[in-house]
Amino acid sequence: MKHELFERNVIILSVAVLITVAIGGLVQLVPLFTMEQTIEQVEGVRPYSPLELAGRNIYVREGCYLCHSQMIRTFRDEDERYGHYSLAAESMYDHPFQWGSKRTGPDLARVGGKYSNDWHALHLQDPRAVVPESVMPPYAHLATTELKFGDVAQHMQTLRTVGVPYTDADIAEAKSDLKAQAVGDGDTAALLERYPKAVVGDFDGDPSRVTEMDAVIAYLQMLGTLVDFSQYKAEPSFR
Amino acid sequence: MMAQEKEVDALTGTETTGHEWDGIRELNTPLPKWWLWVFYVTIVFAVVYTILYPAWPWFNGYTHGILGYSSRAAVRDRIDEMAASRAHWVEQIETTPMSEIVNDPDLLQIATVGGRAVFANNCAPCHGTGATGRPGGYPALVDDDWIWGGTLDAIHTTVMHGIRNGADPEARMSEMPAFGADGILTPQQVSAVAEHVLALSGAGPDNEEGAQIFAENCVACHGELGRGNNELGAPNLTDQIWLYGGTKADIVHQVTKPRQGVMPAWNTRLSDAEIKQVTVYVHSLGGGQ
Ligand code: HEC
Ligand code: HEC
Ligand code: HEC
Repeated sequence: MKHELFERNVIILSVAVLITVAIGGLVQLVPLFTMEQTIEQVEGVRPYSPLELAGRNIYVREGCYLCHSQMIRTFRDEDERYGHYSLAAESMYDHPFQWGSKRTGPDLARVGGKYSNDWHALHLQDPRAVVPESVMPPYAHLATTELKFGDVAQHMQTLRTVGVPYTDADIAEAKSDLKAQAVGDGDTAALLERYPKAVVGDFDGDPSRVTEMDAVIAYLQMLGTLVDFSQYKAEPSFR
Repeated sequence: MMAQEKEVDALTGTETTGHEWDGIRELNTPLPKWWLWVFYVTIVFAVVYTILYPAWPWFNGYTHGILGYSSRAAVRDRIDEMAASRAHWVEQIETTPMSEIVNDPDLLQIATVGGRAVFANNCAPCHGTGATGRPGGYPALVDDDWIWGGTLDAIHTTVMHGIRNGADPEARMSEMPAFGADGILTPQQVSAVAEHVLALSGAGPDNEEGAQIFAENCVACHGELGRGNNELGAPNLTDQIWLYGGTKADIVHQVTKPRQGVMPAWNTRLSDAEIKQVTVYVHSLGGGQ
């Protein structure tokens, strides 16, 4: 074999290593240049509201993704059970995305609106109270832990640097938007203007304070609800 | 390391690499033939695959492959195929009134089997597997104790639009006032009326004050005899079937601050045929009126 050529000449070896690594690098990088075409053009997808974002951070912190995926694959059985397959556009503001590949529990990509807030609160506190055969662990502490949201504006600021289009007003109003969504009886017009379809309410049944439970349920209740699939034209995004 | 002449090792009959370290030479054992061929086959497979199927990202998109395969088109075709194979009876379910479906043995069979699948996926987490209900306000659907009515049409309306969900304008609505929390009744009065409610189903002794409060505040919804009212979604209080529990504390809690059970609307998630099937299924569970 001609392997001696590489073994005995450090310049040739370096060039060959460079070429090999470059191919690997390109395979990973080039798809990112074509991201614009990968993401479908759809109406309705918006950045997370501050409360949803806080809930999402708790979702990640608690490791819900270890048992729940958030991507409906392009299979008929998935379509029948969970609804329309997930679009790239639906997770374009996810950092990091929660697609997952482990399904101890069901996919959650379109769980928004499927259950009531009460059900979620009860289920998260004690899954077996509502679903006796469940193996999901209880998350009762979410209901007793007050949500710390002092830094929610900074979270949004950070997301903006990686491309999530939060406006200055979104960031300035972050805390008041969060409270308006979690209490549910204040003035929510501005909130809904900024974050259409945001689910407003006192999610955990305790209006006196904003808990982590409120945030997680607000997040769950909007999952998969932003795109109106009766208006969505699938053909142009076939791939 | 020093390169030596390659030579054939006497003991194994295999050629050496020509490397030698401290007098130790290395055999150049060839790769097993089967392994090598599998390796070549995978390379050929990969090349053929990238020609046939979408494969390489490119600056203005990606290579589509000569078969023009798209997983999204494929799933659309699978869904269309399945819809076509079901079309025959889905159409029958859609066009036949429910009152006739339940009298047609074939359609009834199809509707209850389909309805059971819809139920398991969407309703069981709240109403329990087998629709036997769950504590905390999720009613059993197998009995003939109906809050909103157990006729096919009543069940259909409940499932289509849901209950107090704030999302569907036609959702079933009615709010029991928060007698305690809003100060309409004092805690003593709440306690007295709770005892009267228990007495209605023979679960405790009655009291005059409670009966009086009940007549003044509760009969509008729950009826003179406490038998409930399907129009207003007010449950029957005389049957010892409870949404929120039947101890005195449970009833005091309900009268103080009612829970207002919520059920989502299903007309945005399920097709018309699916809703009819699950309606027929629920109706068939034993309590249908
Ligand atoms: C050990 C695995 C596990 C973990 C971790 C887990 N779940 Fe679950 N989850 C399940 C299983 C199993 C089910 C199905 C049974 C049930 O409904 O409880 C489920 C069901 C659900 C459902 C209902 C879905 C549907 O469509 O019926 C929701 C919502 C949910 N989980 C949210 C969460 C959230 C939020 C977290 C993190 C705080 C979480 N889960 C963590 C296993 C898990
Ligand atoms: C998020 C939980 C939830 C889900 C999911 C749910 N329900 Fe309900 N359902 C309720 C609650 C709560 C009530 C009682 C509300 C009340 O207090 O009036 C109810 C009431 C009903 C009633 C009326 C019962 C009566 O006595 O009049 C019917 C019928 C019904 N549900 C059928 C269904 C069907 C069919 C599905 C699935 C397609 C379903 N439900 C899914 C929570 C749910
Ligand atoms: C405006 C109508 C209305 C009035 C007035 C009303 N109720 Fe109710 N009641 C309801 C409805 C609707 C429910 C269903 C409960 C729910 O989901 O909150 C209910 C539920 C209940 C329950 C729980 C039943 C169960 O199965 O767990 C009790 C107990 C009850 N009412 C007692 C009373 C008493 C006592 C009064 C008078 C002090 C009263 N209600 C007045 C509408 C009314």
